[in-house]
Amino acid sequence: MSKPVQTPGARPENAPRRKTIDTVRAGLARRYARERRFRFFGLLAVTISFIFVALLFTSIIATGHQAIWQTQIRLDVNFDAQFLDPEGKREPKVLAAADYSGLVKKTLAEAFPEVTARPDKRMLSDLLSTGAAFQVREMVTSDPDLIGKKQSVWVTANDTVDMLIKGHVERNAEGGAGGLQQKQVAWIDQLVQKGQLEKRFNKTFFTRGDSREPELAGIWGAVAGSFYTLLVTLMLSFPVGVAAAIYLEEFAKTNPWTDLIEVNINNLAAVPSIVFGLLGLAVFINFFGMPRSTPIVGGIVLALMTLPVIIVASRAALKAVPPSIRDGALGVGASKVQTVFHHVVPLAMPGMLTGAIIGMARALGETAPLLMIGMVAFIADIPHGVVDPATGLPVQIYLWADSPERAFMERTSAAILVLLVFMVLMNSVAVVLRKRFERRW
Amino acid sequence: MQPVPLVLLLLVLSSLAFYLGRRRSLLVANGGIRVLHSLPDYYGYYVALWCSIPPLLLLTAWLAFEPAIITKLVVAELPREMRESEQRLSLVVNDITNIVKGDEVGGQDVDPSIQAAAERYRHLQGLSGTSLALLALVFAIGSGTYALRNIRPELRARNRVEGVIRFFLIASSTIAIFTTIGIVLSVLVEAIRFFQKIPITDFIFGLKWSPQIAMRADQVGGSGAFGAVPLFTGTLLISGIALLVAVPIGLMSAIFLSEYASRHIRTIAKPVIEVLAGIPTVVYGFFAALVVAPLIRDSGVAFGVNISSESALTAGMVMGIMIIPFVSSLADDVINAVPQALRDGSYGIGATKSETIRQVVIPAALPGIVGGILLAASRAIGETMIVVMAAGLTANLTANPFEAVTTVTVQIVTLLVGDQEFDSPKTLAAFALGLVLFLATLGLNIIALHIVRKYREQYE
Repeated sequence: MSKPVQTPGARPENAPRRKTIDTVRAGLARRYARERRFRFFGLLAVTISFIFVALLFTSIIATGHQAIWQTQIRLDVNFDAQFLDPEGKREPKVLAAADYSGLVKKTLAEAFPEVTARPDKRMLSDLLSTGAAFQVREMVTSDPDLIGKKQSVWVTANDTVDMLIKGHVERNAEGGAGGLQQKQVAWIDQLVQKGQLEKRFNKTFFTRGDSREPELAGIWGAVAGSFYTLLVTLMLSFPVGVAAAIYLEEFAKTNPWTDLIEVNINNLAAVPSIVFGLLGLAVFINFFGMPRSTPIVGGIVLALMTLPVIIVASRAALKAVPPSIRDGALGVGASKVQTVFHHVVPLAMPGMLTGAIIGMARALGETAPLLMIGMVAFIADIPHGVVDPATGLPVQIYLWADSPERAFMERTSAAILVLLVFMVLMNSVAVVLRKRFERRW
Repeated sequence: MQPVPLVLLLLVLSSLAFYLGRRRSLLVANGGIRVLHSLPDYYGYYVALWCSIPPLLLLTAWLAFEPAIITKLVVAELPREMRESEQRLSLVVNDITNIVKGDEVGGQDVDPSIQAAAERYRHLQGLSGTSLALLALVFAIGSGTYALRNIRPELRARNRVEGVIRFFLIASSTIAIFTTIGIVLSVLVEAIRFFQKIPITDFIFGLKWSPQIAMRADQVGGSGAFGAVPLFTGTLLISGIALLVAVPIGLMSAIFLSEYASRHIRTIAKPVIEVLAGIPTVVYGFFAALVVAPLIRDSGVAFGVNISSESALTAGMVMGIMIIPFVSSLADDVINAVPQALRDGSYGIGATKSETIRQVVIPAALPGIVGGILLAASRAIGETMIVVMAAGLTANLTANPFEAVTTVTVQIVTLLVGDQEFDSPKTLAAFALGLVLFLATLGLNIIALHIVRKYREQYE
């Protein structure tokens, strides 16, 4: 982009050729500037897209990674036989019904002998999560020999304590720090100094179902729900999609009927997902009376949604198999069906599987249709089958994103991270499959 | 017997049938396999199909009709006063099925007649299960034996089996049609019921949307107005903002990557932009609420503008980010389809690169680009999660991007999530909105495809 040399004065007025070149030269600087500007705008657009990607991931990772850790309090619990099992028979029923809540509160109170007033005691026990008692109960019921012994146990702290430790609330705010009184903050500091309070791995988050208490909420229920939903989706959409692709690509002749089918497939690919949810609600739940909020209905709806993706991918895979394969098989006397199923489909299978996995990854992130068929209910239990009420990972994200507690925010981000990890895994399997088995003819 | 073990049992029976059929074909052939019309395996498949398809059909039909028939039988035994009113009856039936499922029914004391009915329901259910299992087994063995006895060397077993396979293939390909019919019917039927209660003109031209209907006369804020114009304008506003973000960025990235960038940069940048397309929309919704909304609100404060935290700008911007890859990959395809000869010709007469792009490449690719933008618009209109999480709920008739507006999809979700009564205009309104949404996206897609097809330049 050298600057054009301009030679003013050396231009006779009656020479049109010189005049043209001069106009061109005079305009060159402007044109080059325009060129640079245009190029810059292009670069800017790409950079903006990059910034968006970076912003999205950093903001979610920055909030999400904190949910891996959860503040816990160490209690030196004295599993007093008199208190837990006065009759000494070790009956499971008696053990399960004992006052564990009282036990953990008492244990914590023992660490603060100076706290005597009743309201103060209550404030002290508010530092613990309601799940602490269940945690201790589970220990005792699974191992009754603990009774009569003394053991230190890490129990979950309340989410307000967790937020204070993670520094999300103002310590010296007026009227208490994020729901904590100044006294409670002082106790927390004492516990930290004694090494009785620290952030530990948040096992609850990865092994439990949903809960109203942020510190007890986990994603396992949603993961299981998503798993069962996708299982139904895969089992329906893969065979049907592949069969439809085989018919359209290998058997069907071009006629109005197959044209109609193709137009339909293309249109279905463009129908908004929420309309599929309406279909599920009106047809499967209201008309056929299938149970609400269950993975089976969600799976069917998502299967109808992913069908176009799988059909298109499978047709592309079938198209990639060269005609010579078919001709060879037909030539040695195979029937049309034998040709397709013994020779063409096995060669196209990697491509079909790739399409199926990509379709599944998309179905995994789909939320709107699940809202329509009622998979948004609060479900604390972990589903164990396709007819148990369940939510899915994306729905869980939506539900938590709606919750006001600050502690749910980092859990939302963490759930998003888990969802993205699953999607990345599925897509990389698809890429590996394509790289490894794809044949060039 | 539960359906799942029954199906497994049928599967075992059919594999046995396969084995028997194959063996019988060899026996019939009497040593010379060449006299058989088909390969022995096909005789096996033939018998296995006969053994499994009739009982499976029976099973499907049975399961489809069983609850209705049992309910009918149980209802016939109920005391008369329970059967008199339609509403009471449906409540009673609900209670009965709940008891059968083992759920708690509201209230400690259950009417003894209901308890008895539930008992009878359970009994009938057990009876039906047993008879289904027996009948299915009889079917399987009966038709399997028939097929087995049918085996002769001249039986065209392969053709029969292939006929079944072809039938399955054709049936699968029609699912797409049935899905479309299902969508149209389900949305249309409910929408027509809605328009019987609320005149269609009120819905399309009405300026006020407040679907809450007063249960009592003195209730506040329950006017029940179903004018959808504010929803349409809200949807258009948000989609418009999204396109304003996505089209320039997507188009310019596509141009930069296909015309300017080196191969090295392209192989890195393209997948990164595609990542935006793979991220679930619920994540964008959270991102909008977590990052973009505060950002926009704060910058509004800095400029002295009062921006609602659920502003159309937030939702539109994030939606725009979501459709950037959509626009850019479609534009990339059509730009790459423009032949190099056109560019070379333009360079040959002295045009700069940007002049070539603006005056040669883009006009040649324009139909494809416009089609892509229309497809992106239909995507934006149908997008749900971003607006549900980042846009408002109150219907505002405004063109101000700083205010909160609501969209068609948001209203569908709010009307249908949670407890709902059927037949109430509130629930039916969601389906009417769904119909509008379906028609709008369908129309946009048809127009887009038409433009692409009609104005596409054909290059050798």
